Amino acid sequence: MPSLSRDDVAHLAMLARIELTDAELDRMLGELSVILDAVAVVQQAPTEGIEPMSHPLPLVNVTRPDEVRPGLTAAQALSGAPEADQQRFSVPRILTDD
Amino acid sequence: MTHDLTRWSAARLADALGRREISAVEVTQAHLDRTAAVDGAVHSYLHVDTRGALEQAKAVDDARTSGAELHVMAGVPVAVKDVVATQGLPTTCGSRILAGWVPPYDATLVSKLRAAGMPILGKTNMDEFAMGSSTEHSAFGPSRNPWDLDRIPGGSGGGSSSVLASFQAPLAVGTDTGGSIRQPAAVTGTVGTKPTYGGVSRYGLVALASSLDQAGPCGRTVLDTAMLHAVIGGYDPRDSTSIHAPVPAVVRAAQSADVTGLRVGVVRQLTGEGYQPGVQARFDEAVALLVDAGAEVVEVDCPNFAYALAAYYLILPSEASSNLARFDAMRYGLRVLPEGIDDPSAEQVMAATREAGFGAEVKRRIILGTYALSSGYYDAYYGQAQKVRRLIADDFTRAFEAADVLVSPTAPTTAFRIGEKLDDPMAMYLNDVATIPANLAGIPGMSLPSGLADEDGLPTGFQILAPATHDDRLYAVGSALERQLVSRWGGRLLERIPELVPAGGSDDQHAGATMGMAR
Repeated sequence: MPSLSRDDVAHLAMLARIELTDAELDRMLGELSVILDAVAVVQQAPTEGIEPMSHPLPLVNVTRPDEVRPGLTAAQALSGAPEADQQRFSVPRILTDD
Repeated sequence: MTHDLTRWSAARLADALGRREISAVEVTQAHLDRTAAVDGAVHSYLHVDTRGALEQAKAVDDARTSGAELHVMAGVPVAVKDVVATQGLPTTCGSRILAGWVPPYDATLVSKLRAAGMPILGKTNMDEFAMGSSTEHSAFGPSRNPWDLDRIPGGSGGGSSSVLASFQAPLAVGTDTGGSIRQPAAVTGTVGTKPTYGGVSRYGLVALASSLDQAGPCGRTVLDTAMLHAVIGGYDPRDSTSIHAPVPAVVRAAQSADVTGLRVGVVRQLTGEGYQPGVQARFDEAVALLVDAGAEVVEVDCPNFAYALAAYYLILPSEASSNLARFDAMRYGLRVLPEGIDDPSAEQVMAATREAGFGAEVKRRIILGTYALSSGYYDAYYGQAQKVRRLIADDFTRAFEAADVLVSPTAPTTAFRIGEKLDDPMAMYLNDVATIPANLAGIPGMSLPSGLADEDGLPTGFQILAPATHDDRLYAVGSALERQLVSRWGGRLLERIPELVPAGGSDDQHAGATMGMAR
């Protein structure tokens, strides 16, 4: 199996939006390599022709009647927001300046 | 019989409350007093709701006085794991990223507790986002095992197990994704059930791995656990994976304790090598006692269980990496601005917040899951794990043709020392080797005490597994075994727990536990 590089871990951390410190990256590299070695045994299982199972219950498209029910008020929905403005979530900029 | 209400079973409390021999306020206050005295040492709670619990208790007493028809559990207090949303009460999942978050709604199971008139004493500690087997990954410090305060109370639900073993609550709610109800029960000498997947609504549970997560009841006796199961179980239209059927007759099964002619299957792959001698010895004795009670024993093979731990530690991180993407610093929880950047972007704020708000184990699993799901590795890891999951479910199907229930030790060892496995993630993961297969297949499982290991005098757990939707069998078998053991011991196992030395007994012991949590 392919071995993990420090750059790989940094890339994964970027994808997961976690700004790891250098020390964390070093530590994570060692730990992930050990864990990946251990979990790679799934590749030795006799899975020829076996259907993947994503869920314990064989459910497809569970629906319920489309009925109007009370939901959260705007104030309730915003009650845990780090920042709110004009009854909306206030977020940092999402576009670049240039 | 003791007059200390904190030592009573939930069933006895419910009975005495119904007869108006004791009041709900009296019962609730007794448990709150016990918490003030001992939780400084045990640290079961992240938040204690003194006012809310007493208000609920008083409402029950008033209703009873006025002659209203009440639920059988009305006035019996309960503790709730901090992964379950409680309106008006902090819900943190043991994480800094949710410190101080107060949900604007109740989880369905909490609505059911409130509707039954059960006072909620507080929110119990856990490994951050339920990732761990010891509570050492809680951002707010570990809980301790009341049998030995230097040892772990199991995890992730170590708050819910230690709260029972330290007599701070007669009942508790836990959640079990890979053993987080059963393993804590095993190492604290208490009882815990993971119901069939879909048996208890997941609405209002902060998701770890949605296809594995299941909330369930924890108690000190099999009957108590069944009584809580009956309260929180049942169909919920707000959870699309909820089972559309009545709760199995768990209380009746616990009362019957009938195992005559029942085929009990010992899973060959979950005994022997890797299991501590004292754990194995208590397990073997328990199996013999079930035979005395009228059961037949068979041996069953589940060869693919050898791959279960590996499959689990791919499926869980994959689902968790997706579920925990919701902690993005935008709508709730922590927001941290990166240092040295003027006018940071939303993505920079996300990355800085998740770095500051998540602990090491959570970061580890998110990044592992991101890897397992990334293109190029998906088939070799996540895809392959899903096929192994099917093999394990098929192993169970075959085993349940030969046996009505399956049994094993719950955990390979008794409680280990705090700090002992913290630097070795794989050693920590091995605690769940016997509990994980049930979550992968979605079947119900229970752990109950089987005694104390000779080598260390610590509790050992006995696990019972049943086919999906047959949760009642767990209670029949658990109750039968419990009766045999209690009669053999001449009392309950928890009567032998060392006395905790109350440390003063004032409110300010909770200053530490509730630090950083807004009311």
